[in-house]
Amino acid sequence: MSIKNYIKIKNLSKSFGDVEVLKNINLEVEEGEFFSLLGPSGCGKTTLLRILAGFEYPSEGEVFFDDANVTSLPPNLRPSNMVFQNYAIFPHINVQRNIEFGLRKENLSKDEMQKRVENALKMVQLEGYENRYSNQLSGGQRQRIALARALVKQPKVLLLDEPLGALDKKLREEMQIELRNLQKSLGITFIFVTHDQEEAMTMSDRIAVMDEGNILQVSPPKEIYHNPKNKFVSQFIGNINILGAEIKSVSNENLLIEVDCFGSMQLKNYQQIIENDRINIAIRPEEITISKISDPNYDYNFQGNVKNISFYGESTYFYVQLNNSDKILMVSKNETKEPFSENDNCFVNFSSNNLKIIKD
Amino acid sequence: MYNKNNTLFIYCVFYFAFLYIPVLLLPIFSFNDSFHMVFPLKGFTFDWYIQMWNKSRLHQALFNSIKVGIIASVVSTFIALFAAKAFTRYKVKFHGLSYGAILLPFIIPEIIIAVALIVIWTSMGLKLGLIPVTISHILFCTPFCMLILISRMEGFDKSLEEASMDLGENSFWTFWRVTFPLLLPGIIASLLLAFVISFDEFILAFFLSSSDQTLPIYMWSQLRFPKKFPHILALGAIIIIVTSLIVMTAYWLRNLGQGKKKDFSIGI
Repeated sequence: MSIKNYIKIKNLSKSFGDVEVLKNINLEVEEGEFFSLLGPSGCGKTTLLRILAGFEYPSEGEVFFDDANVTSLPPNLRPSNMVFQNYAIFPHINVQRNIEFGLRKENLSKDEMQKRVENALKMVQLEGYENRYSNQLSGGQRQRIALARALVKQPKVLLLDEPLGALDKKLREEMQIELRNLQKSLGITFIFVTHDQEEAMTMSDRIAVMDEGNILQVSPPKEIYHNPKNKFVSQFIGNINILGAEIKSVSNENLLIEVDCFGSMQLKNYQQIIENDRINIAIRPEEITISKISDPNYDYNFQGNVKNISFYGESTYFYVQLNNSDKILMVSKNETKEPFSENDNCFVNFSSNNLKIIKD
Repeated sequence: MYNKNNTLFIYCVFYFAFLYIPVLLLPIFSFNDSFHMVFPLKGFTFDWYIQMWNKSRLHQALFNSIKVGIIASVVSTFIALFAAKAFTRYKVKFHGLSYGAILLPFIIPEIIIAVALIVIWTSMGLKLGLIPVTISHILFCTPFCMLILISRMEGFDKSLEEASMDLGENSFWTFWRVTFPLLLPGIIASLLLAFVISFDEFILAFFLSSSDQTLPIYMWSQLRFPKKFPHILALGAIIIIVTSLIVMTAYWLRNLGQGKKKDFSIGI
């Protein structure tokens, strides 16, 4: 099966007055892909989505849908539809007429129209809500109607602007799975804007991490998690311990470093290019274990003291202060066979192959 | 009634008495069988209403006022509608200054506008009459309409218009399918307010109307004749009733066709 790039963004920049909110963006999204734009608020992700929808025009650069240049096309002529952050359900007409809204030009018979509306409502599991008004719907129901209203147009691309942001956690998690299933069954390209890294991780085929108008990394969720390209990405996706280190010597494929709080360490088979002497060493909390006595199965064992414990149910986070250092390490554990309490002495253990070099 | 609320209750009674007793005197005396507006009432009569209705000059004045009121309210609402859209939806240069300029006619005394208009109109060699009155009323009503429509426009979510565009409608259809119905309560309010302002406007009409009297000018001219005074009371009573009916109709229209919803605001 040949998958082609449906959306292409070339050298795109956007400024509002003196503020450059998007800086030379290049991006390609495959047909049928669930693609997320992830970043903190103000990173330009919503502006990028609005450019794709046609609500904003880029200052420079071009946008292609299926090899057609749509850069200056208004939103009503684009094969994309949008689910708005606040859903934008028309308050003066009922659900039925909201969903029919975009079908005016298709000259459907009354029966066909009814069928399309019914199918759309079925898709979002809200059959029988035709006569409700926006103010008679809950947040979750409005969100589904907004989805149905966009999908009834059978768009090539569905643009979603933080559609789950206003829902409570439980409902949000349900909708994540539902959206993902819907996207798979329809085969439509989804562009999903979110600031919630968990949401992006669980739903997406690929994620573009953005910050200050730049795309920092475009990769599948696992790749982003395990091989973050820089410090920002590593810290934005999941939790991570980042430690400063100095390179002592480089030989063959071994790297001898002096880590600020661990002392000298050896990294084997490192492949990244080292540009200067100061580097960042990173390790995920779940790659460190915590124990009462030092664990010889790991390369390194350090003594420390449990400062704080955060219990999340499925996992527990320990904040361990290393002896002879100010540094506090985050350690996570799925279960606590050895019950620790705050101020207990402990050992943290890890292997050198879990240590990553991260660019600034 | 609890003791501690007594003072509040008394205050309320005085408040409403102050507001409504002068107004209610008109209908009461309009049924009084006497030329003089003094107590005690003499007797009950419909004569003043019948006599009033037989006056052809009153018919003409009423017709003039309605004509001017309808044209002025429609035109000023129309102008204000698009101006309000531009003002709230696009980045207008000198936003603060423009807003001030919109509000300015409120503080310029009406008589100044009247004098200015009469000078302009006559210096152009044009005849005074209902046309300059209508134009002056449009000028006078537009800022009121602007204020109503701007606040209405600011109250509704811009993304509703974007959603319409996104669903395939161009700006024209978006306006008629989304913006206009959502603004309708504001438009009705604007039409009614402009009509009422024009209907009882005196100074501009006095300066510019010449021999084409509007209703307030007619009423004023009749006050010179004591025997005609009760007709004016009868006319005033009718105006109060009709105006109240218009406002109630407007309120009813506002809530019509929106399900149980009484407000367009989007609660998110």
